[in-house]
Amino acid sequence: MKEPLELTASQAVGAIARGELDPGDLFELYRERAAADHLGAFTWVAEAPPAASGGPLGGVPLAVKDLFCTEGVPSQAGSRVLEGYCPPYSATVVERLAAAGAPLLAKTNQDEFAMGSSTENSAFGPVQNPWDRRRVPGGSSGGSAAAVAAGLAPWAIGTDTGGSIRQPAALCGIVGLKPTYGAVSRYGMIAFASSLDQAGPLTRDVSDAALLLGHMVGARDPRDSTSLDFPEEIALPTRTDLRGIRFGVPAELSGEGIDPGVRGAFQSTLELARQLGASVEPCTLRHATAGLAAYYVLAPAECSSNLARFDGVRYGYRAPDAPDLLSMYMRTRHDGFGAEVKRRVMLGTYALSSGYYDAYYGRAQRVRTKIAEDFATAFEHFDFILTPTAPGVAFELGAKLADPLAMYLNDFCTVPASLAGIPAISIPNALAEPPGGGTRLPVGLQIVGPAFSESRLLDTAFALEQALGFDGSAVRQ
Amino acid sequence: MSLELEPVIGLEIHVQLKTATKMFCGCELSFGEPPNTRTCPVCLGLPGALPVVNARAIHFGLMIGLALGSDLAERSIFHRKNYFYPDLPKGYQISQYDEPLCRGGRLADVAIHRVHLEEDAAKLIHLGTSGRIHGSEQSIVDFNRGGTPLVEIVTEPELRSGEHAREWLSLLRATLRSLGVSDVNMEEGSLRADANVSLRPAGSTQLGTKTELKNMNSFRFLERGVTAEIERQRAIIEDGGEVAQETLHFDPATGALTALRSKEEAHDYRYFPEPDLVPIATTSEMLEQARAAIGELPAARATRFERDFGLSAEMAHLLAFRSDLGDYFEAANAAGAADSGYAQQLANWVSGQLVARIGEQDPAASNVTPAALATLVELVSARELTNGTAREVLDVLLQSGGDPRAIVAERGLASLSDDPALATIVAAAIDADPDAAAKVRAGNAKAIAALIGPVMRETRGRADGAEVTRLIREQLGV
Amino acid sequence: MIDRETVLHVAMLARLELSEDEVERMTIELAGVLEHIETIAELDLEGVAPTTHVVAVDNALRADEPVPCLSHEQALASAPAVAEGGFAVPSPQA
Repeated sequence: MKEPLELTASQAVGAIARGELDPGDLFELYRERAAADHLGAFTWVAEAPPAASGGPLGGVPLAVKDLFCTEGVPSQAGSRVLEGYCPPYSATVVERLAAAGAPLLAKTNQDEFAMGSSTENSAFGPVQNPWDRRRVPGGSSGGSAAAVAAGLAPWAIGTDTGGSIRQPAALCGIVGLKPTYGAVSRYGMIAFASSLDQAGPLTRDVSDAALLLGHMVGARDPRDSTSLDFPEEIALPTRTDLRGIRFGVPAELSGEGIDPGVRGAFQSTLELARQLGASVEPCTLRHATAGLAAYYVLAPAECSSNLARFDGVRYGYRAPDAPDLLSMYMRTRHDGFGAEVKRRVMLGTYALSSGYYDAYYGRAQRVRTKIAEDFATAFEHFDFILTPTAPGVAFELGAKLADPLAMYLNDFCTVPASLAGIPAISIPNALAEPPGGGTRLPVGLQIVGPAFSESRLLDTAFALEQALGFDGSAVRQ
Repeated sequence: MSLELEPVIGLEIHVQLKTATKMFCGCELSFGEPPNTRTCPVCLGLPGALPVVNARAIHFGLMIGLALGSDLAERSIFHRKNYFYPDLPKGYQISQYDEPLCRGGRLADVAIHRVHLEEDAAKLIHLGTSGRIHGSEQSIVDFNRGGTPLVEIVTEPELRSGEHAREWLSLLRATLRSLGVSDVNMEEGSLRADANVSLRPAGSTQLGTKTELKNMNSFRFLERGVTAEIERQRAIIEDGGEVAQETLHFDPATGALTALRSKEEAHDYRYFPEPDLVPIATTSEMLEQARAAIGELPAARATRFERDFGLSAEMAHLLAFRSDLGDYFEAANAAGAADSGYAQQLANWVSGQLVARIGEQDPAASNVTPAALATLVELVSARELTNGTAREVLDVLLQSGGDPRAIVAERGLASLSDDPALATIVAAAIDADPDAAAKVRAGNAKAIAALIGPVMRETRGRADGAEVTRLIREQLGV
Repeated sequence: MIDRETVLHVAMLARLELSEDEVERMTIELAGVLEHIETIAELDLEGVAPTTHVVAVDNALRADEPVPCLSHEQALASAPAVAEGGFAVPSPQA
């Protein structure tokens, strides 16, 4: 039998079910590793195993991104304004997974309020990429991604608004999936952009992602008006080839702006797909290049409103000694929010302000409609769309902090699927050298499918994953 | 320069709905509970909380729209209205903007602009100076009220005076009360009205600069405030000045109107569609349920009372607009005899003697059953009871219920119109006062009162006054 | 395309105090982002309906039935300042 730490989450579930592995021992093993973490991946680690487990997931511990409310446990969303805040309730998805047998191991570090692509915007320090500790793990779910990649947690959940699960998964060489919008309850997820945020799994492999996702979707949550019943159970993947699968490759998201190393890996994977029996043809997503611009109007607009509640009145940080109400508001938010959050709140407030609504927010909503139509048209001829997940491999800490726009460009491949509300998965497909040379770093392949196609999406990803044979075990110290 | 100016007034009314729970969460509505005991993550605006629409609030909103003859939107959505204030936990209010639940409508002579749903703010209580915060003043926030469902009704600017505003708002109140959707009590805050007031030259169609009047929390204050503002604006204009667009706070104690904030500080609410909610589609089922729940509105009921019961317009209006009186009247009428004129008598007794005794209380909650009142009025109508003794019986009924006939029998209150006994008493009274008798014979009609008095005393008021008079005249031969 | 005065106005709308340094940096950074965003101004979006709701369902309604509230203690547990059972704040002016 393998060492417990070598087991994937699915394998651990099996071992526990067969009585070969004690869930308490497993929890303690991971708990110690998490507590000893040097990557900055965690903001809180459990001090003791849970009272009891049970349920189909057997007690395999779960790392949870800090912005999920966990009752009585710090839920800070990576922000000073919520430092030490312990909510009186837990997020629906956390409750459902705990009830299914995935108890809370730790809270993971993240970009503040999920805004960022590097996890350098956390008020609690950055996270290091286990592949190269001078580099970022991606963001905003960087802590979850690094934890899973480094073998500090068997699996994790994060949130994806414009790519915040997929991009860090790609940069850390693991699997990350953003479900169909509405498939997973947002109740208890500290909101960034309401019409885009979705919770999803970050795992070592596609089978683990399917298993975890299966317990995140299901009956809609009556506490989340935008939540939907998932029309079927998530099937565990079994596919061994890709015969009959039609892949579309949009030039808009796979050519210009992609680093050579990533592009090379992408082309190789396309070739592999053909060998497995898939057809791979070009397709067009005409408005995809406008996606980033639309996203950077819509997401900041919604966030500027969602973050208005952080005013020092009822919870969280309040600026001390403010002489009047206005100062209390202004100083609390000045002290409590980091630079990136301030930028997006400003941008969003501006886009919604009197006289600018039609030019910015109104137009961005229309771009969104066109992007959704582009995908719908493409899916009439293709089963799935393939792109690189991120334009480059992990960059150095501090390298992109000077220019916000440079940071935003990390999202241009992932944002279109977010705007259309359709599911997308990232799987590691290669290692590539960064520009300038050095240790080879993970590259991610993104597969996008129509709404509610998660089972088929996972099945297809599984076939590719098996054929690719990507091995990330080296960084699981 | 003498200029005839006409006031142009619009009302912006907020109605707290009588649902069991709040607009967007399952917290029970609060009635004076200790502060912050009716809250949850949603109405406290905790991170991660999400709103879910109360189905009954939509139902009540549709009922109001139907009652006001509005166009009900096939599809309406919620918007966020963004601003910062301690009584607004999310930093935005979930309201409706350009796709409201209802548009248009009319009540009596005033057109309705729109009707929409939103959530109420929390309660901010001023505490005064506290040494804690640099000697500056403190307030505390109680979130019990926060999230209560509100319907906002905006009229077209078609009201013309403070009195008109008060009367019309009374009519709206009666209508909403009959729907059962709200307590609509201005003193308690379940009915609130702000007024927009401006003046323009009589006959002009352009609107003048308007001011917004707030804090008029009774019908009287509304009338006084609006009237005072009209005068204030008139004085400015007649003086050659210009009215400034501002929000004014009416102080009922002094009658003063103080500016709250000027136009420069007007909020930029940055409205955008609420992404946490999905649209409301008005289904035919929802419409049917709303229609069925409305029943008959006061104005229609008044018309029916006039037509079917021959009541005067004034009486019909009175009974129709106090729905509890109207219900009671109809029940009593159904229990009683179908004589013509009887309904009018019954109406008089309900609106007169009964209301004099029970005031604002619902007569159905008193000890006087509709059937009992019906019997009482029948007895008076048949002259078996005088008005005086009937009032006595009513008092007994109010005290301890029962059946009028039984009470009359028990207490011997039957009207004395038994000719022989009464004739004997009348004869005795005539003998006892020959002077009065002589005056009556001589044609002095007023002197008859001196003879009636003793008869009534002797019969303890049970004699029918008209019958006594007739007997006296008969016996005196006049 | 975004001047200092606008930045200050927007900061006030957002109740965000900015240091002088932050105002300067923000003006430059926002200008850069807005320039990129301007690309959507060039698109032909004539006759395209805005996506106001991603989820294509209506009427996610809740029955008017009470659900247990937070206790008084829970509601105030994270309050920065409490007085007389309420959340204490400096009084708003007027």
